[in-house]
Amino acid sequence: MTALTKPARPEQEDVRLRPVPWRRMAWVTWRQHRAALAGVAAFLGAWAVYLWLAGLQMHHAYAAATTCRPASSIACGEIIAEFNVTYGDPALTAAVLLQTAPALIGAFAGAPVLARELETGTFRFAWTLGFGRWRWTLAKLVPLAIMLAAGAGALSVLFSWYYRPFFADGNQTPFTPELFDLRGVAFAAWTLAAFAIGALAGLLIRRVVPAIAATLAAYTGLALAAGLYLRQHYAAPLLTSKPNVPGSAWIMSQWWTKGGTFAFAGRPPEGLLEQLCPNPPLGPGGKPSHVTLAHCLAQHGYAQWTSYQPVSRFWPFQWIEGGWLLALSVLLIAATIWLVRRRAA
Amino acid sequence: MTVLGGHPAGSPAALDGIAFVAQDTPLYKNLPAADMLHLTRNLTRRFDQSFARARLAELGIPVKRKAGKLSGGQQAQLALTLALARRPQLLVLDEPVAMLDPVARHDFMASVLTAAAADGVSVVLSSHVLVELQRVAGYLILLSRGRVQLAGEVAGLLASHRMLIGPAGEAGNYSERPVVHGQRVGAQARLLVRAGADDPVPPGWQAHPVGLEELALAYLREPGAAALPAPPRTRGTETSEVTR
Repeated sequence: MTALTKPARPEQEDVRLRPVPWRRMAWVTWRQHRAALAGVAAFLGAWAVYLWLAGLQMHHAYAAATTCRPASSIACGEIIAEFNVTYGDPALTAAVLLQTAPALIGAFAGAPVLARELETGTFRFAWTLGFGRWRWTLAKLVPLAIMLAAGAGALSVLFSWYYRPFFADGNQTPFTPELFDLRGVAFAAWTLAAFAIGALAGLLIRRVVPAIAATLAAYTGLALAAGLYLRQHYAAPLLTSKPNVPGSAWIMSQWWTKGGTFAFAGRPPEGLLEQLCPNPPLGPGGKPSHVTLAHCLAQHGYAQWTSYQPVSRFWPFQWIEGGWLLALSVLLIAATIWLVRRRAA
Repeated sequence: MTVLGGHPAGSPAALDGIAFVAQDTPLYKNLPAADMLHLTRNLTRRFDQSFARARLAELGIPVKRKAGKLSGGQQAQLALTLALARRPQLLVLDEPVAMLDPVARHDFMASVLTAAAADGVSVVLSSHVLVELQRVAGYLILLSRGRVQLAGEVAGLLASHRMLIGPAGEAGNYSERPVVHGQRVGAQARLLVRAGADDPVPPGWQAHPVGLEELALAYLREPGAAALPAPPRTRGTETSEVTR
């Protein structure tokens, strides 16, 4: 083994003191936040246990359902439909509940980091030690952010596995707002952003409980805005006049044209259907299927247009969302550190 | 702004040289005293762990008990120990004894005095407890409404002020020496004047030396009065400051 040894040298007091090494903050961050980290670990762990157990059962049932032969028979279709009814709702409920996880982590693990110091006055102690206040802030926020995002990322891998049966037949779109940000890199990125929002809110508000509330509110606003308005603009949607857009695609809008001009959007007006397709063949539910009606309208010169995001864009969209959330988080943490440095204690 | 002879405020050298004990001696209440020591040691370049341990043992502060479970006096002593173990050049204490009972207050100030005497630490202490200051302070700065009203060596300030007591009727025409503050008690007038021991006392009047509390109160009651010699800063003296 070779060891690098440095010659002993007298400490030069005045000229360029070396800053206290970063690694010394590691113990401090761990000691002060291990309870919060343990809480997050327990929370994510409980989710993991649930997803694992429920997932095993569900995958088992799905495997049994897919052994049905011939797969295209009506009987097999009913078995699959029954699987979807039995497991689909609990899985979707789990997904909706899991949506709150990043907000909760950001609020309860992120907001108190600075708010508690400011509320109890201990920042006057911590920030006047030799380590320096902005380095102290950086050495707390960055490791915590990485650990929390990593934990959330691990859980989202498990969730992807858990939810896989519903995507297997290609009839569900992975862009569903309830599901998109639980899979891929988005879940970790949202957790990271929630933590960064919490840290900044804690610094600005200086009190733990209001900072937690503000974090929850800000995160909810951001998540809703992203899901409802922003995500669909990550790439220009594709346009097609084919009636059979795959079920895995994320449909933005649908409208009909006749002779190159706009006719109507969404469902065909009842009057038009009665006029053009008075006796359509009825489908399994006693109603004419969408495809039948589309076919009938097409015969009369109508064309259906669909703008959509194809399923192949799932990963590009994941990276776009993960990318801007990462940039936002870095910006928020940098702003927090800058404010700590600038703020008169 | 530079501190400690030219170090920029907030620079590593400045942070190293100054230990600050804030008002109400903030500590991480959920950390045991031993962890507070370890934390402080981790975040400072110099930390005399054995001194800190020995001092806590001497004071009978259990190191395994959480800081929040210690008594007020013990918390203040723990905070002071953390500050002293950093071996600072300057110790800044902001109202350290405001929340303490008289015994803890006395012990705390004794600890500060001992440290100042033994290690040559300069101490800047802010306090509303005027009586405490006369015992410990070498230099006094009196702040009132955000303004320095009085500054100087405590001994010098006490030597250059006198309390004159005489008939109330003559108080109005007394003008040989600047009167800081005048008070009537029945037929008697008590005038705190700027005058040394050798200055003549008018006939019918008595001159008494003043205490620090009396002096500070007189100035605080007269916001217009001020005594500001050019403050000579010398290392190793305790400086005190009364804020109002």
